Amino acid sequence: MGVGSPDGADALTIAGRPMRSRLIVGTGGFPSLQVLADALAASGSELATVALRRIDPAAEGSLTDVLQQAGVSLLPNTAGCHTARDAVLTARLAREAFDTDWIKLEVIGDQDTLLPDAAELLLAAEELVADGFVVLPYTTDDPVLARRLEDIGCAAVMPLGSPIGSGMGIRNPYNIALVREAVAIPVVLDAGVGTASDAALAMELGCDGVMSASAIARAQDPVAMATAMRLAVQSGRLAVGAGRIPRRTYASPSTPDEGLAEFG
Amino acid sequence: MIRVNGQAGGANAGESVSALLARLRVAADSRGVAVAVDGEVVPRSAWDSFILSETASVEVLGAMQGG
Repeated sequence: MGVGSPDGADALTIAGRPMRSRLIVGTGGFPSLQVLADALAASGSELATVALRRIDPAAEGSLTDVLQQAGVSLLPNTAGCHTARDAVLTARLAREAFDTDWIKLEVIGDQDTLLPDAAELLLAAEELVADGFVVLPYTTDDPVLARRLEDIGCAAVMPLGSPIGSGMGIRNPYNIALVREAVAIPVVLDAGVGTASDAALAMELGCDGVMSASAIARAQDPVAMATAMRLAVQSGRLAVGAGRIPRRTYASPSTPDEGLAEFG
Repeated sequence: MIRVNGQAGGANAGESVSALLARLRVAADSRGVAVAVDGEVVPRSAWDSFILSETASVEVLGAMQGG
């Protein structure tokens, strides 16, 4: 089966690891661990992000246990880091805590927009790749920066559709398509997804996967939205493989004129 | 004064990282916990042997929902 086949043959492979699901779920913002567990099951995702924060001895329940029971692998992130130094240290701590080389690298350059700091991002990515990490950088929708990240040795790029948590969808679809053309590594749309159609559009633009956090976690019904995202990612992928018709200005009849009756 | 997760006085100079973690009820084999002292990772394998100095700044981190 080819592109878009839902039987698992069309896997998303990052750093040699195939995943049947092309949806990555962010665990932030869920009202409870139970809702997170139910949403993960509904999403079909095999990979979910976690952050590293000061432990709270009073906290109830274990996030890592929930993810383990869900059969989902952890993708630690460096959320909240503003410098390459902090991001690299956080990645090394995450490797120690979660026993994984994978890191979703975020280096934030602006507190209001949470846009990435490209210069610090490149520095951190270079150091982490050299240290043996599988680096998945959260980046702008800049195809040149994406290529630089690929050249450094990143395993994928995660361009934003719009600012984190904004739910504004994909503000510059042409750039996302250009990012897809610019690199050979997987492109996973990250940030900005607000609803299922945004995820489908990302896939139709050629993205290899979609990450969704707030759109699922903060939906009125997170489990239903997780299902919607799963189906949207599959739909968008199937549509790419199916090959859409070209856009045209004027109508093109779907019913032939040939054999049309003449009524005098 | 030792600082643990930003709080002064959370540990005693001369005690190991393991001893501190035991008081924080973090099991020695617990997955999902990492420790940094003065901006450097203290690997799990060194928790027993790493002795905190009088001015150590300790971060004890774990998994949190995010991203």
